[in-house]
Amino acid sequence: MTNANAQADGSGAIPALELAGVTCRFAARGSAHASYTAVSGVDLRVGAGEFVSVVGPTGCGKSTVLNVAAGLLAPSSGDVRCFGHAVEGVNRRAGYMFQAESLMPWRTASANVMAGLEFRGVPEAQAREQAKEWLARVGLGGFGERYPHQLSGGMRKRVSLAQTLVLEPDLILMDEPFSALDVQTRALMENELLALWSARRPAVLFITHDLDEAIALSDRVVVLSAGPASRPMGEFTIHLERPRDVAEIRTSPEFVALHRAIWEVLRDEVLKGYRQQLAA
Amino acid sequence: MTTNSLWQHIKPRVGRLVFWQLALLLLMFVLWHVLTAPGLLPNVMFDNDRQAAFFFGQPLEVLGRIAHWFVLDADIYPHLAVTLLETVLAFGIGTVLGLGFGLWLALSPLAAALAEPYIKAANSMPRVILAPIFAVWFGLGVASKVALGVTLVFFIVFFNVYQGVKEVSPTVLASARMLGATQRQLLRHVYLPSATSWVFSSLHTSVGLAFVGAVVGEYLGSSRGVGYLILQAEGAFDINTVMAGILVLTVFALALDALVGALERRLLTWQPKTAEAEKL
Repeated sequence: MTNANAQADGSGAIPALELAGVTCRFAARGSAHASYTAVSGVDLRVGAGEFVSVVGPTGCGKSTVLNVAAGLLAPSSGDVRCFGHAVEGVNRRAGYMFQAESLMPWRTASANVMAGLEFRGVPEAQAREQAKEWLARVGLGGFGERYPHQLSGGMRKRVSLAQTLVLEPDLILMDEPFSALDVQTRALMENELLALWSARRPAVLFITHDLDEAIALSDRVVVLSAGPASRPMGEFTIHLERPRDVAEIRTSPEFVALHRAIWEVLRDEVLKGYRQQLAA
Repeated sequence: MTTNSLWQHIKPRVGRLVFWQLALLLLMFVLWHVLTAPGLLPNVMFDNDRQAAFFFGQPLEVLGRIAHWFVLDADIYPHLAVTLLETVLAFGIGTVLGLGFGLWLALSPLAAALAEPYIKAANSMPRVILAPIFAVWFGLGVASKVALGVTLVFFIVFFNVYQGVKEVSPTVLASARMLGATQRQLLRHVYLPSATSWVFSSLHTSVGLAFVGAVVGEYLGSSRGVGYLILQAEGAFDINTVMAGILVLTVFALALDALVGALERRLLTWQPKTAEAEKL
């Protein structure tokens, strides 16, 4: 299926990702009987080529949803489908960008970008060539031989981005990838992400706690309720024109109106989540 | 130049550390000589002049013995070769076994749980006591010393590899899986490199222990090796030769340790150095 016939609201023929009634329950530490339900009855669709963000208060199970989509975590119940196929084990069509440092510290930047190709059996010379190309594309042309500890936090995120994109996944899962960066670097990275994304238009499921970031990047924003047993409780289509500049768009009246509308829903959940954290 | 400014010029500091370290060594030898040379100092501790030399040896005699061993008679080489061969074999075999078992048990929790009490027991047992048994099993040749060294080296490497694999960053692991790594590739590209830094910190200890295994084994029963030379000399109350043997062993232990250090620097280039900034 091509990206052109994907519809912006995710109701296209075969969605890139479909979660139906996903519930994740974890055995509580120290007790076999007590359990903690992180997410409950989550229905979520991401159309091919669609950029969907999930926002929610801290500890609401955003990362759980993402791990389920990645196949790193099997849900207690519910269905996960990627382009119509049930996800069993690691989701091979998805790329994942983590919040924490995920580069292999014993590999140079270029070897890190090559890793996925190497694992897939691409000949080394070809993998090296592609890695070089992608490093240049994320603005790190001259840094291929550096080790991760020799790069700044922003540069490491760029390497991670290249590492994910070099495999040309049809679905990209991102778990607050830019949350550790300073504000300026972050805006820069967001713009670059949009530019790279628009070139091939894979589907994206983007997790963030930052509503501004969610609106600026996405076609659709899903609000998750406070945990435990959180579920999607609001959905907003973002009709802002592309290409966007994440720094400029924040002052446009449409953006401000959307922000206000989503914050109305999100605020109560954030407060609820905060109170629960205090009580715990 | 006054005495004060001369002192300012040569007083210990980082750049001249080696000079002062050698000076300290020389000082110790001079002290040794002065305290043991017959008739140089009035007797306080002993009944006659020669007793200090009898108990503690004399540095000049010791150095003379070493000179005979290495140059004048050149008869230490076969013994040294045997001891070094035993050390290297014990070190190599112990390291490979420790690495293999460490990886295996760290990656299969059931086997680890099953073996745990026995590993603890084997590790807390004073293993030098096995030397007589090994002598019965493997004879008085090289094999029994290697076996003793292996039991010493194995546990050090084993525990470090086990720890190293357990401490692999879960994010890096998940990331490699998302990039498509198979179980084998995870072992080769994630677990092994991650364990190497732990292994290397253990190799410094274990190369010393391999040496201990060889020498103690020789000391308890053999017909060749530096440990055998020491045992022979001790039987004849030839303290100078005993001291000379100890000195030779110390120098070679240091050399082996330096070798491991050099290898470590080569293989672990990816690790951040603690201080990368240089004072100008």
